[in-house]
Amino acid sequence: MGVRGRVPVKSFSRPLTTKSMKDIFTLTLILSTIHLATPLVLAALGGLYSERSGVINIALEGLMLAGAFTAAAVTHYVGNPWVGLLAAIVAGILLASIHAVACISFKADQVVTGTAINILMIGVPAVLSGAFFLSSGSTPQIPKENLIPWTPVILALLLVVATYYILYYTPFGLRLRAVGENPEAADAAGINVKRIRYTGVLISGALAAIGGAYLSIGQSSLFTRNMTSGRGFIALAALIFGKWRPVQTMLACLLFGFADALSTQMQGVIDIPVQFIQMIPYVLTMVVLAGFIGLSRAPRALGIPYQKER
Amino acid sequence: MKLLRQLIFPLIAVVAAFLVGAIFVLLIGDSPVETYRQLLGNAFSWPDGIGYTLFNATPLIFTGLAVAVAFRCGLLNIGAEGQLYVASFATAWVCILFGGVVVDVFGQPVNYSIVSLPAIILIPLGCLTAIVVGALWGAIPGFLKARFGSHEVINTIMMNFIAVALVSYFTQYHYKVPGDPILETAPVGAAAHIPRLGKFIPGLPERIPLNLAFILALIACALVYIFLWRTKWGYEIRATGANPTAAEYGGINVRKQIVLAMAVSGGLAGMVGINEVMGYRYRYYDGFSDNYGFTGIAVALLGRNHPVGVIFAAILFAILSRGGIFVDAFTEHVSKDLVQVLQGTIILFVAAEAIFRGPFGRFGLLKRSKV
Repeated sequence: MGVRGRVPVKSFSRPLTTKSMKDIFTLTLILSTIHLATPLVLAALGGLYSERSGVINIALEGLMLAGAFTAAAVTHYVGNPWVGLLAAIVAGILLASIHAVACISFKADQVVTGTAINILMIGVPAVLSGAFFLSSGSTPQIPKENLIPWTPVILALLLVVATYYILYYTPFGLRLRAVGENPEAADAAGINVKRIRYTGVLISGALAAIGGAYLSIGQSSLFTRNMTSGRGFIALAALIFGKWRPVQTMLACLLFGFADALSTQMQGVIDIPVQFIQMIPYVLTMVVLAGFIGLSRAPRALGIPYQKER
Repeated sequence: MKLLRQLIFPLIAVVAAFLVGAIFVLLIGDSPVETYRQLLGNAFSWPDGIGYTLFNATPLIFTGLAVAVAFRCGLLNIGAEGQLYVASFATAWVCILFGGVVVDVFGQPVNYSIVSLPAIILIPLGCLTAIVVGALWGAIPGFLKARFGSHEVINTIMMNFIAVALVSYFTQYHYKVPGDPILETAPVGAAAHIPRLGKFIPGLPERIPLNLAFILALIACALVYIFLWRTKWGYEIRATGANPTAAEYGGINVRKQIVLAMAVSGGLAGMVGINEVMGYRYRYYDGFSDNYGFTGIAVALLGRNHPVGVIFAAILFAILSRGGIFVDAFTEHVSKDLVQVLQGTIILFVAAEAIFRGPFGRFGLLKRSKV
């Protein structure tokens, strides 16, 4: 939510003369694209489970922040990134359950609730890091041997395949889609609409939190204030661009990851002020959204609370 | 009776959020009583407490109104933050360009202006700039929604990032006084300064930055009320928000209303620049906004998207934001970020007010378009 505190993945204080245009398009660019796309893929897949069940999840940003903070804090205390990752998943599920209870049981406005969670997650990590680490919003550095730079990347890829399979080849996937398209019919067929929606939202909390955890204990080595810097929303745009389908969504995330990687690589190479380079992913998101939204159709019951007939 | 019902749920939501906050504070290991005493207790002294509270409420009234107008059209404007940044910068730019000779940070007289306009022209011009630039920045996501159907929440968030980068670029590369260690523009001309209320109110010292922009905020509330409930445009905006399909059948051009509502919303958010640049700092100071745009969401929701409610909600959040400073200074563990936690919790409770209606309450806050 916060618009400040975007942390550059690489320092941009390199001297201008040592690199030229052709140095930008290298293996580093490809690797960096994959790295930067990974948190987007994880969050967008999370969004997919929630939105395919009919619940808008604008809280992805806050869920990622929860995952990022929990992962870094727990890894710092325990000294084991796997425990940190697990704690992040638990935190994501707990936070998502607030969204689920408010939206599904109490039929609150889904966009407003999501926004509330995002604002909440600007505050909670900041207060906790102030109390536990005496800092104004960041956790201590985590030593390099306690970082997990590659596993979440592979996990993200596996999850795309798994989501594809679950969505189209399992009874749960069929129910998830049915509930998001036509809850009345699904209900008539004996499906528990609320339970499926709860499951979808909780899965989205877990996945978005993994995406956030990757930011703090994979790409960098600490949590900083608002370190997601809009990635939750970019993931949401990727989900729309990918027509709420797993493989297309992954490709959309790779595109946004590429834009981010390119802007990082360009810093210090091309003589454009850093502010304009930083804008690239955000402008691209708006262009893509405007250009392609007409071509994708949202799940029909998205955003509409389900009221069982009585 | 109707008024009572309007008041009861926001009040319950605030109390419930404060209870959640108290538990949170307790878990961290501080005393909730002491924390809340610091948070709320310093707001009511005269002149400092009341003066600063009303000063802090000024930008929140503007952003609260901004979010409320968009809400009445069924839109969630999370972009007030970006709108107020571009508008504030533009206001400073105009007031520098037509401001005449100024004294810079080193005490040297310098002239950055092309023409020196008198206050009677420059002040309205500065105000108009804030409104128009904010309106234009707000109209873009409105247009994108009306023309392409892309969701305003994502677009306004993206435009926040773009706005911050853009004004930071202009400040850093074009309008900073060389050698000034702070990222801020040169000062605006003295003709652009709007008077502080201390000039008119006995007992209120002029060091308290409460200025005429606060009165302007109250006038804006009245105008928004008239616009929404007494004009055809306002009626059409509310009809669109209540039920876009029905509005369309009723002959209302829904797309036009979306752009109009976002433009009005952006213009209101932009008016923060009048308070900040012409009434307080007399320059554009990069990163000045204390999340005003996001707090505006809480203000609008708590104020039930009504101008009168917005005033009271803005004062509440102004008390919290000033109280946060005392919490930072005088409690052991809790920081001022507790205010954000309370804000998020209040929005959550207002949105899910069915919690307080019992399990059988059925109430949709707003019908919304699909993401």
